[in-house]
Amino acid sequence: MSTEIFEYAPAPESRAIVDIKSEYGLYINGKWVAPHSKKRFASINPATEEVLSKVSLADATDIDKAVKAARSAYNKVWAKMAPKERAKYLFRIARLLQERAREFAVLEALDNGKPIRETRDVDVPLSAAHFFYHAGWADKLNYAGYGDNPKPYGVVGQIIPWNFPLLMLAWKVAPALATGNTVVLKPAETTPLTALLFADICEQAELPAGVVNIVTGDGSTGAALVNHKDIDKIAFTGSTEVGKLIAKSIADRGIPATLELGGKGANIVFDDAPIDEAVEGIINGIFFNQGHVCCAGSRLLLQESIVDEFIEKLQVRMAKIRVGDPLDKNTDLGAINSSAQLAKIKEMSESGSKEGAQIWSAPCALPTKGYWFAPTIFTGVTQAHRIAREEIFGPVLSVLTFRTPSEAMEKANNTPFGLSAGVWTEKGSKILWAANELKAGVIWANTFNKFDAASPFGGYKESGWGREGGRHGLAAYLKGAK
Amino acid sequence: MRLDVMKTYKLYIGGAFPRSESGRSYELKDKKGNFVANPALASRKDLRDAVVAARSAFNGWSHATAFNRGQILYRIAEMLEGRSLQFIEEISALEGVSQTSAKKQVQEAIDLWVWYAGWCDKISTSAGGTNPIAGPYYNFTIPEPLGVVGVIAEEKESLLGLTRGLAPVIAGGNTAVLIASESAPLPAITLAEVLATSDLPGGVVNILTGKRSELVPWLAGHMEVDGIDISGVAKTLDGEIKRAGSENLKRIHRFNKDVSPNRMLSFMEYKTVWHPIGI
Repeated sequence: MSTEIFEYAPAPESRAIVDIKSEYGLYINGKWVAPHSKKRFASINPATEEVLSKVSLADATDIDKAVKAARSAYNKVWAKMAPKERAKYLFRIARLLQERAREFAVLEALDNGKPIRETRDVDVPLSAAHFFYHAGWADKLNYAGYGDNPKPYGVVGQIIPWNFPLLMLAWKVAPALATGNTVVLKPAETTPLTALLFADICEQAELPAGVVNIVTGDGSTGAALVNHKDIDKIAFTGSTEVGKLIAKSIADRGIPATLELGGKGANIVFDDAPIDEAVEGIINGIFFNQGHVCCAGSRLLLQESIVDEFIEKLQVRMAKIRVGDPLDKNTDLGAINSSAQLAKIKEMSESGSKEGAQIWSAPCALPTKGYWFAPTIFTGVTQAHRIAREEIFGPVLSVLTFRTPSEAMEKANNTPFGLSAGVWTEKGSKILWAANELKAGVIWANTFNKFDAASPFGGYKESGWGREGGRHGLAAYLKGAK
Repeated sequence: MRLDVMKTYKLYIGGAFPRSESGRSYELKDKKGNFVANPALASRKDLRDAVVAARSAFNGWSHATAFNRGQILYRIAEMLEGRSLQFIEEISALEGVSQTSAKKQVQEAIDLWVWYAGWCDKISTSAGGTNPIAGPYYNFTIPEPLGVVGVIAEEKESLLGLTRGLAPVIAGGNTAVLIASESAPLPAITLAEVLATSDLPGGVVNILTGKRSELVPWLAGHMEVDGIDISGVAKTLDGEIKRAGSENLKRIHRFNKDVSPNRMLSFMEYKTVWHPIGI
C-alpha cells in the first residue's frame, strides 16, 4: 500500500479577525443581560482545551423573561409587520453573514474544533444561503401551497446541537422568522459562541428587539424552555433520546414539535459503482465534520465481490486524511468536540472490538492536547454489533457486506433510524429502485452529505418529525401545514 | 312467517373474519332497547394480530401503483353504493337517527371514497416537486407512505367518521388498523365485507370492534405502529396516548372532520433524492 503523502507547509488562518469577549450575558429583548443564577460556564477550544470565554447559564427565570420578550415582539411588531418588510430583515441578515463570513468561520472553528476549510466553505455560506432563501419566502407564503394566508404559531422555542452551531441556528431561525414567528434559541452547551456573535448580526440588521432571543446554558436550560407554558412550538435538533423526552414532556400541552434526531445512515456500494468516486463519497460520508453528523454514512454496505479491493483503496485514502489544527487550511479532520463525546466514541470503538469486529485506524499523529480520534474503520461487522446499530457520532465507519440488492435494502432498513442513505452504482434504474426501497428522508445517489437551503432535510421513523429546508420545511412553522 | 337469518359480526384481520381470540362479545341494542347483535370484543392479542397483518400487507400495498390504489378505492365506493340499504339500517338502528339522515351519511361516505380514490395518483404531484439546488445536482422530494397507521374512528357518524379516518390513510399507501365506533360498530364490519370484495389485498385494512379503553393504550405503545389518527378518542386521553407513542416517535394527529389532502400527508413522509448532474 502506498503511503506517500506530500508534506504541506502549515497554512494557519489568523484568529486576529475574531474578538472574543471574556464573558457573555444572555441576549434577551435586544439587550445583553446577566443571568438570574449569576452562573457562568466556560466554552473551550476542543483542539487546545483553551478557555475561550465564559457564557451565562440561563435558568427558568431567564427563559421566562426571554419568552415574554418574544411574545411581546410577536404581538406588537413581528406578526403585524408587512411580510415584504420582514423579508428585507432576513435579506439583511443574509448579507451581514456574508460580509462577516471570515469572522464566523474562524470563531466556529475555534469553538467547535471543526476545520476552517469546512466552516469557510460549508457552515457559513450555507447559513447565509439559508437566510437568503427564506427571506424570499416571507412575502410569498400565499403561494407556498399551504392555503391562503397561512398563520405562524407565535413564539417558538428552538434548541440546537453542537455539530453545526451556526448552520443549525440558520436552519431554525430563518424559516421561523420568515413565516412570522419569533424565537427563543438555546445554543449547545459546548458551542455557544457563534450564536452569541449572531446577536451582533441582529443588532446590525436592526432587527426589532425580542424577535430573536439567545439564551445559553445546559440541559436544564433546554428543559426550562421546553416546559415553558407560553411556548407555541418546539424545534429541536439533537439526539433521539432527548427527542423522545421532549415528545413526552409536550404530550399534554398539544403543541407541535419538529425533531431532527439521530441516524445510522447506510452507504451502499454496488459492484457496478464507480469505485474511486465511491471511495471519495464514503470518506466524505463518514469523516466530514469528524463524523459529528446525524446523517453520516456510518454503515458502509459493500457488495461482496468488491470488498477486498474497496477496503484497500479506502485505507489508502484514509491514510491521507490530514488530522490536526482546525485553523490550518490544509486540515481535513479537526478535533472531537468535547471530552464527553471523545469518551463516547472510545467506548463505542471498544465495544466494536469486544464484540468481534476488526479495527483499523489511519496511522496519523494526533496532537497531545485537546480531543482527538483517528479515522477508523471496523470490518467484519454484523447487524447485531452495537457499532452497526447505535449512533457513534464520530469518525468511525462500520463495514458490512451483502450479496444481492434486496439483501442490501433489508440491511440498510434494519434500524429504528431513517435519516439518510447513500447509493453508489452507475446503473440509473438501480438508483431509482434503491431510492424507492430505502426508508430514509434523504437519499444521496452517487454523492453524500450534500445540503442546500432549497432541499428538505429530515428523517423517517425515530430520526424525527418534520422537515427543514425547502418549501416543505416551511410547513414546520405554519399552522395546519403539512 | 319467516324467521330472519341474523348475521354474526366478527373482526376483520388479514382479509379473514375471525371471532375474537378471547371468545368475548358484547351486546348491542337499538335505541328502543331491542337486541341487535353481539359484535366481537377484541382483545389486545387481536390488536397485535391486526398489526402483524397490516405490517405484512404494507410492502405490497405501498408498492402498488398509485393508479391501482385509486381504482381499488373507487371500487370500494362502487361496492358501498350497492349495499347502501344495509348501512342505512345499521346506522339508524344504532345511532337512533332517521332513515333520511342515515342515507345522507352513507352517501357522503361513498362520495368521500370517490374523493380520495382520485387523490391517490395526485398527491405526489401536488405535494412533491423538484428543488433548485445551488450546484450541479438533480434533487426532488416526494411524499411516501408512513407504514402501519392506527385509526380510531369517530364515535358518532359511525360510517362517515371511519371513512374520514381510513380512506386518506390507505389512499396514501399505508396499511391500517381501525378501531370501530364502540357504540355503533356494525357499519365498520359491514364495510369489511365491502373491502373484502373490492380487490383490496387482505391485511391492508384490519378492523377491530370492542372497548377503546382496552385497545387504545396497546395501540399507542405498539412499536410496529408508525402513526395514529386519534380523532375518535376523547381529548382528555391525548397526553396518555402521545406519551406512549413517543417510545417510537409515532406520528399522532387529531382532525376535526377534515377531509383535505392534509389528512393524507399527515401520515406520509417526505423523501428527498439527490443525484449529480454531469457527463
